[in-house]
Amino acid sequence: MKIIVNGSERETSEGRTLEGLLEERKLDPQRVAVERNGAIVSRERFAATLLEEGDTLEIVHFVGGG
Amino acid sequence: MSFLEILNQYAYPGVRDQIEAATGSDVERALSREHPDVRDLAALLSPAAASYLEPLARKAHSLTVQRFGRNILLYAPLYLSNLCSNGCRYCGFSAENRLARRTLNPAEIQREARILYDQGFRHVLLLTGEAPESVDDAFIAAAVRQVKPLFSSIGIEVYPMEVAAYRQMVEAGVDALTLYQETYDRELYAELHPFGRKRDFDWRLAGPERGGAAGLRRIGIGSLLGLGDWRTEGFFTALHGLYLGKHFWRSQLTIGLPRIRPADGGFQPLHPVSDPQMVQLICALRLLLPDAGLVLSTRESAALRDNLIPLGITQMSAGSCTAPGGYGEAEEGGRQFAIDDERSPETVAATIRAQGYEAVWKDWDAAFLSRAF
Amino acid sequence: MDKLTIAGRDFSSRLLVGTGKFASNALMVAAMEGSGCEIVTVALRRVDIDNPQDSMLSHIDTQRYLLLPNTSGARDAEEAVRLARLARAAGCEPWVKLEVTPDPYYLLPDPIETFKAAEILVKDGFTVLPYINADPVLAKRLEEIGTATVMPLGAPIGTNKGLRTRDNIAIIIAQATVPVVVDAGLGAPSHAAEAMEMGADAVLVNTALAVSPDPGRMAAAFKKGVEAGREAYLAGLGTQREKAEASSPLTGFLHS
Repeated sequence: MKIIVNGSERETSEGRTLEGLLEERKLDPQRVAVERNGAIVSRERFAATLLEEGDTLEIVHFVGGG
Repeated sequence: MSFLEILNQYAYPGVRDQIEAATGSDVERALSREHPDVRDLAALLSPAAASYLEPLARKAHSLTVQRFGRNILLYAPLYLSNLCSNGCRYCGFSAENRLARRTLNPAEIQREARILYDQGFRHVLLLTGEAPESVDDAFIAAAVRQVKPLFSSIGIEVYPMEVAAYRQMVEAGVDALTLYQETYDRELYAELHPFGRKRDFDWRLAGPERGGAAGLRRIGIGSLLGLGDWRTEGFFTALHGLYLGKHFWRSQLTIGLPRIRPADGGFQPLHPVSDPQMVQLICALRLLLPDAGLVLSTRESAALRDNLIPLGITQMSAGSCTAPGGYGEAEEGGRQFAIDDERSPETVAATIRAQGYEAVWKDWDAAFLSRAF
Repeated sequence: MDKLTIAGRDFSSRLLVGTGKFASNALMVAAMEGSGCEIVTVALRRVDIDNPQDSMLSHIDTQRYLLLPNTSGARDAEEAVRLARLARAAGCEPWVKLEVTPDPYYLLPDPIETFKAAEILVKDGFTVLPYINADPVLAKRLEEIGTATVMPLGAPIGTNKGLRTRDNIAIIIAQATVPVVVDAGLGAPSHAAEAMEMGADAVLVNTALAVSPDPGRMAAAFKKGVEAGREAYLAGLGTQREKAEASSPLTGFLHS
């Protein structure tokens, strides 16, 4: 199935959770924030969030800034 | 353009009317300016500004501390002669007054200078009347040379001189010139100076410029308070000061604030200046001329002098005697004017220190100038 | 001890440090350490999903430093609110340095969008530190709606020009009831000292440290500048007062 992550289209398998996607991409769930279809997904819900066809994800993290 | 030409552009009564017409909001605007101009000056001298005396005083105080620190320079007058061929109606030395006339001889000058030196003074102001046949440029230059070893700064308050004569004074060791216009009102000036060389208003008015051209390092101007309307006099004094500051920027400007008080018993002031008005004048001058030295004499009472210290005064005489020979001789007489603050220089200095100010006996030494040797 | 208190929380250091533009994480950490700061600002950006970098947070001891996420990149109130909420979701305390800079050239803050975002975020429970132009009226308006500080700029961000807005900052300081943190444009320790001498409660510095060949040392220099300025302020400089007061200490003798 297709989803959009940070503006680009990705292929991912059915039944994948948000936590699974982060693990696959080697992203520490403690250090990112995720918006799914415009709504923030709290960290506690990463494991329970099943991704669906056409989902739009924004995954952000901290960088240097003034 | 000379200051005479600038002065001639103003009508004295017109300026007085402009000052009288200033409103509270004019005063507020003037107070809020970082650099007040001549229009603000009129407002600051106006009757309307009387209700803003405290804010005016605060600003004057902070500007003075900023530019001068907490210092009061002490100086002493030394009268060389009371001979005078002028008839100034307000002056004790007037040719029409009956008083013991004398001119100090070199031994007397030495004695008087030594007394002042021993009291701690290093700034001295030499004074004479105007008697060209006996007290001339050469006499004054000789007196300057004589006392020079004792003092680091020598001022003269004598008759107006030519540029060449002022140069001669600089060479002899004079660094400061005091030449008060007495009043900037020509008509009043003519009334008050019925005869003698001093009748020439324009010649006197241009004197500070000639002194500046000759390289005098301090130039003192002022009106004799009590003659003309003090507000208008303050206006022209500041105007004169601004002119001199712009054109003779190497010289420090000082403004004297001699005030005739009714209590003196002699000449009665035509326009008396009250204490609050004196405060207003001092503060207005400070705001317009942040770097000008403001000079207060012993004509004023001890109490008032103490209170005026934080408001903008930077120089004071102390322990003054206004008669030639008066420091070394007990007898009184032949004085130019009465003094009120009769405290000793030491007491004045202690009072200044008690207010958190430094009493400065010396802030300049001619030895720093190689050409002065 | 002279503490800086923001939203009820005490800090010993009055120097806040931004973490942008450093040549390396090691230099950034050196600057943080040298500065003695307790608050550091950070920004939020998209993760590069194909090439995930080592997170900068692994270099910052979050027990020691309070992370203050900014909303840089936001061009309007809506984007700023979104970024603030994402930062909170990423595990930060609900503190935010609110900045809305629609103009890409000078990065000057939009006062209207900043105000709108502040209203929303305050209601949402955030401790809001808004970055603003040195506008005394705006500062009062933000304070009224409950921002924890105001952060007026000294000069446009990154310019290192110092306190070009000095007169307005003086008014803001005179009027403020919340801490005034001077942000942006401070290029030298003397600039920071000047702001502190004027009575600013704290300053935020980033570019001046990041572009120095020795950020750790420059940060230590700013620390001294901030401390010197604060000490001078507390000791009492000979400041001028324009405003009249009821009493008459200088002219009282005329009435006695």
